[in-house]
Amino acid sequence: MRYAMAIDTRKCVGCSDCVVACQTENNVPIGFCRDWVSETVDGTYPNVSIELRSERCNHCDNSPCVRCCPTGASHIEDGGIVLVTQHRCIGCGACIQACPYEARYSHPDGYVDKCTFCIHRVRKGENPACVSVCPTKCMYFGDLDDPNSDIVNVLKNRKFKSLAPEAGTQPQIFYLV
Amino acid sequence: MKEELFVSGRNIPNIDPYLNIWHWQIPMYLFLGGLSAGILFFAGVYYILGKEKQMPATVKWAPMLVPIALVLGLFMLFLDLKHKLYFWQLYTNIRLESPMGWGAWVLMIITPISILWSASYMKEMFPNWDWKFEFLNTFEKWVIRNRIYIAWPMAIYAVILGIYTGILLSAFNARPLWNTSLLGPLFLVSGMSTGAATIILMSKSHEERRIIGKLDLLLIVVELFFITHMIMGFLAGSEVQINAAHLFLGGQFTVSFFVFVIVLGLVFPALLEVLEMIGYKVPIVIPAVLILMGGLIFRFIMVEAGQLTRYLY
Amino acid sequence: MKTRRDFIKISALGIGGTVALGGASWVLGGPMANLLGLPDETAELKRFPTYCEVCFWKCAGWAYVKPDGGIQKIIGNADDPQCNGRLCPRGTGGVGMYSDPDRLKKPLIRVIKDGTQSYREASWDEALDYVSKKMQEIATKHGPESIALFNHGSSGHYFTHLLNAFGTNNIAAPSFAQCRGPRDTGFEATFGESVGSPEATDIRDTRCLVLIGSHIGENMHNGQVQEMSDAIDKGAVIITVDPRLSTAASKSKYWLPIKPSTDIALLLSWIHVLLYDELYNKEYVEKYAEGLNELKEHVKDYTPEWAYGITTIKPELIRLTAREMANAAPSAMIHPGRHTTWYGDDVQRSRAIAILNALLGSWGNRGGIFFKEGIKLPDFPHPEFPKPAWSWQDTLNGRYPLAKEAVTNTIIEASIPETGKEHLIKGWIISGTNLVVSVPLKEQLMKAIHSLDLLVVVDTMPMEITGYADVVLPECTYLERYDDIRASAHREPTLALRMPAVAPMHETKPAWWIAKQIGERLGLAAYFNYKDYEEVLEWQLNQIGQSLDELKKVGIKRLPRTKGPLYIEPGSDYTFKTASGKIQLYSKEFADAGFDAMPTYQPHAEPQEGFYRLIYGRAPMHTFSRTANNPNLVALMPENAIWVNPEVANIWGIKKNQYVWLKNQDGVVSNFPVKVRLTERIRWDSVYIVHGFGHHHKPLHLAYGRGANDTELVTNVVIDPIMGGTGMRGNFVTFLKDDPKKEVES
Ligand SMILES: Nc1nc2c(c(=O)[nH]1)N[C@H]1C(S)=C(S)[C@@H](COP(=O)(O)OP(=O)(O)OC[C@H]3O[C@@H](n4cnc5c(=O)[nH]c(N)nc54)[C@H](O)[C@@H]3O)O[C@H]1N2
Ligand SMILES: Nc1nc2c(c(=O)[nH]1)N[C@H]1C(S)=C(S)[C@@H](COP(=O)(O)OP(=O)(O)OC[C@H]3O[C@@H](n4cnc5c(=O)[nH]c(N)nc54)[C@H](O)[C@@H]3O)O[C@H]1N2
Ligand code: SF4
Ligand code: SF4
Ligand code: SF4
Ligand code: SF4
Ligand code: SF4
Ligand SMILES: [Mo]
Repeated sequence: MRYAMAIDTRKCVGCSDCVVACQTENNVPIGFCRDWVSETVDGTYPNVSIELRSERCNHCDNSPCVRCCPTGASHIEDGGIVLVTQHRCIGCGACIQACPYEARYSHPDGYVDKCTFCIHRVRKGENPACVSVCPTKCMYFGDLDDPNSDIVNVLKNRKFKSLAPEAGTQPQIFYLV
Repeated sequence: MKEELFVSGRNIPNIDPYLNIWHWQIPMYLFLGGLSAGILFFAGVYYILGKEKQMPATVKWAPMLVPIALVLGLFMLFLDLKHKLYFWQLYTNIRLESPMGWGAWVLMIITPISILWSASYMKEMFPNWDWKFEFLNTFEKWVIRNRIYIAWPMAIYAVILGIYTGILLSAFNARPLWNTSLLGPLFLVSGMSTGAATIILMSKSHEERRIIGKLDLLLIVVELFFITHMIMGFLAGSEVQINAAHLFLGGQFTVSFFVFVIVLGLVFPALLEVLEMIGYKVPIVIPAVLILMGGLIFRFIMVEAGQLTRYLY
Repeated sequence: MKTRRDFIKISALGIGGTVALGGASWVLGGPMANLLGLPDETAELKRFPTYCEVCFWKCAGWAYVKPDGGIQKIIGNADDPQCNGRLCPRGTGGVGMYSDPDRLKKPLIRVIKDGTQSYREASWDEALDYVSKKMQEIATKHGPESIALFNHGSSGHYFTHLLNAFGTNNIAAPSFAQCRGPRDTGFEATFGESVGSPEATDIRDTRCLVLIGSHIGENMHNGQVQEMSDAIDKGAVIITVDPRLSTAASKSKYWLPIKPSTDIALLLSWIHVLLYDELYNKEYVEKYAEGLNELKEHVKDYTPEWAYGITTIKPELIRLTAREMANAAPSAMIHPGRHTTWYGDDVQRSRAIAILNALLGSWGNRGGIFFKEGIKLPDFPHPEFPKPAWSWQDTLNGRYPLAKEAVTNTIIEASIPETGKEHLIKGWIISGTNLVVSVPLKEQLMKAIHSLDLLVVVDTMPMEITGYADVVLPECTYLERYDDIRASAHREPTLALRMPAVAPMHETKPAWWIAKQIGERLGLAAYFNYKDYEEVLEWQLNQIGQSLDELKKVGIKRLPRTKGPLYIEPGSDYTFKTASGKIQLYSKEFADAGFDAMPTYQPHAEPQEGFYRLIYGRAPMHTFSRTANNPNLVALMPENAIWVNPEVANIWGIKKNQYVWLKNQDGVVSNFPVKVRLTERIRWDSVYIVHGFGHHHKPLHLAYGRGANDTELVTNVVIDPIMGGTGMRGNFVTFLKDDPKKEVES
């Protein structure tokens, strides 16, 4: 089992619904976020293009944040989901330094927090909150080992990229371009 | 024009607009660790070489500072933690892949060693010292007899500790400025140099100061070599590493780096030490203090600047 | 000028609180879930059906209530075809409408104490007595017609009912003369009806979608956004006409960066190409439309070459895009738009859009405009309404003959003694509209407000308009109340229930209760012959064979269509709702009323040297000013920015993220400085800003002083002579790099 996400940049409108949905689903304090939306504008008027991307922890296969954690609070769950156990985290910040995507933040309560792939929902067979709210349905979540899953299907048929692959983390969020 | 922005308005404290999660505590921690490593290394080595008598500051007096420095260092690390109540978790887990983890363990081992070492010289330092409990006095005698078996692991652990202060940073691939294997040796050498400077400050023997001063000169040359090498390595690296190097070559850390670290912290004290060596009278305090300052500022800059560098995507 | 209605900051009372927001909201988020950092799975979240009130799309959803009583989250109702289980960011962030610490908490009454005006908290009884007494006084002196209502959103219905019972019909909403009025008028003149709300646009099945300014994706009207995404998936051709690379434009095959205000020229040239290259849907036009010959003659000279000189869009591109539409026809649609009050000739632009749709055959075809169907709920029984002696039509004074809904501006005008003479209005009730930010021409508005004998504002938030009220009545939010059943028409009839998920916070009350209380005090109890609104809903649903209990469980019910298919059956006859039953390419109605029967292009004023056209629109995370203080949404977008092309910024030496003040052609300067966004996404002759920011009312702790308010810079309004719409895009601004207030002082 290998959970992953594919996000269609051709459909994303950058509305940030994924961000609010995550916040209300996961009690993310206001002023912090587990996911965010970036916009890149290229070109010169009137030949301009934009790319909108909803970003979050990439649940890397080769996750430096897990390796550098001195207590094992950062760990990998079944399906490759990278998690932080709050009561094992000492808040040393090493994992924050280790993540090339700035996907983690220090929660006001002291521990480090980040996207959980909504494992509490996924275990019940639901989609992550951000995926299920997205008005453009541009996010696909699923198991890469399941040949019938939407995500495998969409990755087979579309061109995609991941972010900063040169960082060597083997990110598991794919952007359809 | 290329334009990049967060449309969802990210502005997380200490993460945006750039990472600033480690503040003054970590460079202090690294500085104190490096300094301790330097002192303990010289103490161990000169003891093993049988130079206890000629080099009293090196073997006996400077190491007295180390337990204090190490405990202070550990306290700095503690201060940096955001979830302090869970501090003990550091010592209920052994995670060899985590530099933060094994750093904590190295400190756990070397701190008692340094305490033992210092304790064994307490009566030499304070002739009226009494351990109050008889078993402690017996233990002290045992320690003094077996110093050579402490000196060896102490010197070895000191090297590990020194390297560790660099590896703690270089383990983070995600920060291009830290992402160089030179950082371990560089911090080791720099730590030894600060250790040497401390010894020079404490030494009353001209001979001892001369020996350590010469060593320090060598360390400075090696350090300058490593720094040059590191910057050249960045310039030959990927875009993000070139950006990292530019923080020092025209970027926002150029002045502080060249003025405080290179010139005042390395080149100038080296010159003073050379002058002293060829016979000029130079108050030893000046180069030593400059080296210590330079070493401290160097760590501040590396920690601060490193957090500014990141992958681009 | 000292007036009796000084603007009062409600904070003078110390209400609104000084709760530090940053922390407060996540504390509201509830006790720390379990230690793993995951929401507590064992905690039972109860859910209650609602439909969203953060904008007027009214998506049905579920409000999830935490065991401690707070609202955890709001999730779309999967059965609702208007949202398909997915709310937009504003709907998801609707929790902030409830948890906002700045909410209105108690009724307030304006008092004069030691010569200064201020508010004092009052009991509901006192406030309601005050309102009814004043209403009665005005009615005795001037007649009940002298009371007017401005409303927008769900609460409007109850006050409409109240005023109708009281004997006045002067009831207006900004959604007509500041929004969809021109579109509706133009489409009604052409097809006999308009597209409604939610629009009956078959975007999901279209093969060619043409957007004239409609910035779907920023305009977050949910169903349209979802369907545009479906259309992208299916490979539909999207053509976007916008002076700015809108989000939709960035997803389009063709972006036509038109010179603002010249759309009619482009539309006429498209019509020209369709007709003269014989690309139009001949069968359809022959069967269902009339006036083709007149139209053909009319657009003879409107060639793409002619349009090029006006619009800056290349002739080849005009021809190519016309061909794309024709290829896809009849599954092609020129989106009718919604906010269409741009340049004062907006009805005619909407006509041109309607005509283009007619030529493609899109009305009544898959991928075009479908036949919507809804269900009508009977009114709860009440005595007949008295007939007012005069009504809003009389405030038009012969202007805007085709206005089918009340025009806000003429009611405002009628409230000024000099202009309102015969039909003077003396009292306003305002519910769910922040007129100060929504209606342009502030001077006129202020004059009216200062002349009133009574101004009652019903709102949930201490918005600007509340500062002018004699009485402020705090309504509870949509999450805390019953409201009318949503029965809007779309592909199929649906019924959606809104019921309270939580009890009203503070001393707030639902609007139905407020209206009923005032009504009873005015001796109109017979019109409010029910205990509470649950009883009304139950009765209404029973009348159509449905039950409230069932709706409480399911939230939404889809009903079968009964009035025929979604599209015209191929080849069958269809009678349009126009006078002749045919699509009006040539509008006799317009000609009779003295207007052009077919759209013509008129040039509009252009920016002077050093000035740029101020255009505005939406950001996906906010709804006008109503979300400007919503903590969850402010976190996403705390302020607006002025979009400036880098070349323009270069001339001015303006840097990215620098704050500047905007000054318009009449010398009006923005209240607050606004951040500059340097972007290639906009033309050189225009600047762009998101509407709804720059609040100057201090009790809005999060919104205060953030960004610039476009409305205050709209001092040049071109009114559409056909229906009274306020064209607001004929304003030009320049940049001030230094604080203009400082300059004055020194
Ligand atoms: N300059 C400029 N002006 C514009 C526009 C523009 O783009 N630019 N857009 C125009 C358009 S398209 C429209 S539709 C109008 C919209 O104009 P409005 O409907 O006036 O829009 P809002 O600013 O959202 O005002 C809504 C008011 O309702 C209050 N409110 C919210 N929820 C409730 C509730 O449940 N009960 C009650 N009683 N009150 C509530 C809010 O606090 C706020 O004061 O503005 C128009 N005016
Ligand atoms: N997120 C969000 N969504 C909303 C709302 C909201 O407040 N927030 N409000 C809702 C309401 S009530 C309405 S009425 C709609 C309004 O939404 P729309 O009907 O889509 O509004 P417009 O005013 O047509 O669109 C503004 C766009 O017109 C472009 N524009 C400006 N001048 C010109 C011009 O001269 N020609 C052309 N072709 N384009 C021009 C601007 O660049 C901008 O992209 O949005 C609805 N949806
Ligand atoms: S919710 Fe969907 S469309 Fe909106 S920003 Fe997130 S990914 Fe993009
Ligand atoms: S994105 Fe960052 S936090 Fe997430 S797994 Fe990769 S390195 Fe770790
Ligand atoms: S902050 Fe917490 S999760 Fe991160 S490395 Fe330190 S202990 Fe591990
Ligand atoms: S998967 Fe869940 S935790 Fe991760 S960003 Fe989406 S909503 Fe947030
Ligand atoms: S479109 Fe968004 S704000 Fe409007 S009703 Fe739907 S969810 Fe609410
Ligand atoms: Mo509107």
